[in-house]
Amino acid sequence: MKKAILYLNQFFGQIGGEDKADFAPVINEGQIGPAMELNKNLENAEVTHTIICGDNFMGSNEEEALKTILEFLENKEFDIFFAGPAFQAGRYGNACGVICKAVKEKFNVPVVSSMHVENPGVEMFKKDVYIFKGGSSAAKMRKDVKVMAQFGDKLLSGKKLLPADEEGYFPRGIRHQVWLESEKPASERVVEMLIKKLNGEKFETELPIPKSDRVAVAPPINDLSKANIALVNTGGIVPVDNPDRIQSASATRWGKYDISKMEILQAGQFKTIHAGFDPAAADADPNVILPLDVMRAYEKEGKIAKVHEYFYSTVGTGTTQAEAARMGQEISEHLREANVDGVIMVST
Amino acid sequence: MANLIPVAKTVGANKIVPTISIPYPLGDPSTTKEQQWKLRYHRVGVALDALTIDVKEQTIFPVKI
Repeated sequence: MKKAILYLNQFFGQIGGEDKADFAPVINEGQIGPAMELNKNLENAEVTHTIICGDNFMGSNEEEALKTILEFLENKEFDIFFAGPAFQAGRYGNACGVICKAVKEKFNVPVVSSMHVENPGVEMFKKDVYIFKGGSSAAKMRKDVKVMAQFGDKLLSGKKLLPADEEGYFPRGIRHQVWLESEKPASERVVEMLIKKLNGEKFETELPIPKSDRVAVAPPINDLSKANIALVNTGGIVPVDNPDRIQSASATRWGKYDISKMEILQAGQFKTIHAGFDPAAADADPNVILPLDVMRAYEKEGKIAKVHEYFYSTVGTGTTQAEAARMGQEISEHLREANVDGVIMVST
Repeated sequence: MANLIPVAKTVGANKIVPTISIPYPLGDPSTTKEQQWKLRYHRVGVALDALTIDVKEQTIFPVKI
């Protein structure tokens, strides 16, 4: 029998209501509250411990709460970790996401939760945690716990997992390559889709494009001659030893590289690791993707004040929008800290 | 700066300057180094100028070379 641990807030952990929301984390052997229901539904695992923490404690002392709970878990054996269900409770949803993400990172076990679609925890953690589409209130407790348990059983038994929508959790923005049961080749499927489309019939795409959230147009730079301009690219330009081991496709990593003492990007010093096109041209002259040479010319002419000391790089082939958005946010934080005024972004 | 303008539009780029290809956005290796430099200098210049322009919607900036 495998082992599971469940995280609950002070309310469902039967400590108390809002007045106990500052309750510091504890770990209990056995099952409390929803842990009993979870245990009843799990076929492949036993719930050995219940962790309880006040929502406000997690909200305002996140670091301490995480440290304490991860210490609790250090000497415990467990194969899967559950949190919630959190329904539409925002702080609880946040807490479930925070703890699940940390447990996954530290112990590398699957983490499963359940939240209502409106719970802000969904948007914040759906990339990191299997979050099932749950009810808005505790009236749905039994149903939501059952769903979590069934999926937990499936994970533990190593059965083939279906796409997010079919399993019932919020899509994590991860793509898998799978063989279809029908063995019908892509060429036939795409023609069938096209015929349906031409006939105005409904068809289901195999490559759903996530709804794009627009970024507002940045205010214009008033005086370019005073501006610090950075170079960013998705063409995979990196130092030849690729020190950050950025993937050649479906990248999840990016790198920043010092160019403050360079006039141009030298072949032999930089290359592209992008797997989506013939690298010959960019390897022979990396400036065709990362135009440092002409940026230096504009700097000398005084059209811009300076080229930012670092350029930023990742690979844009097969990269999901979710990963791209995260990397974009991380890079822009660096740019903002360095007082960069504008960015020239070259995509390939 | 992108070669696949429809993709750049779909993903929400607000200021778009066309490049010439996917593997070599800013310099065709079958042309001379001087021609490549001129093209790159021009298109990056257009992109720099674009940063100073107030636009209300997604805009593609025209290039001459």
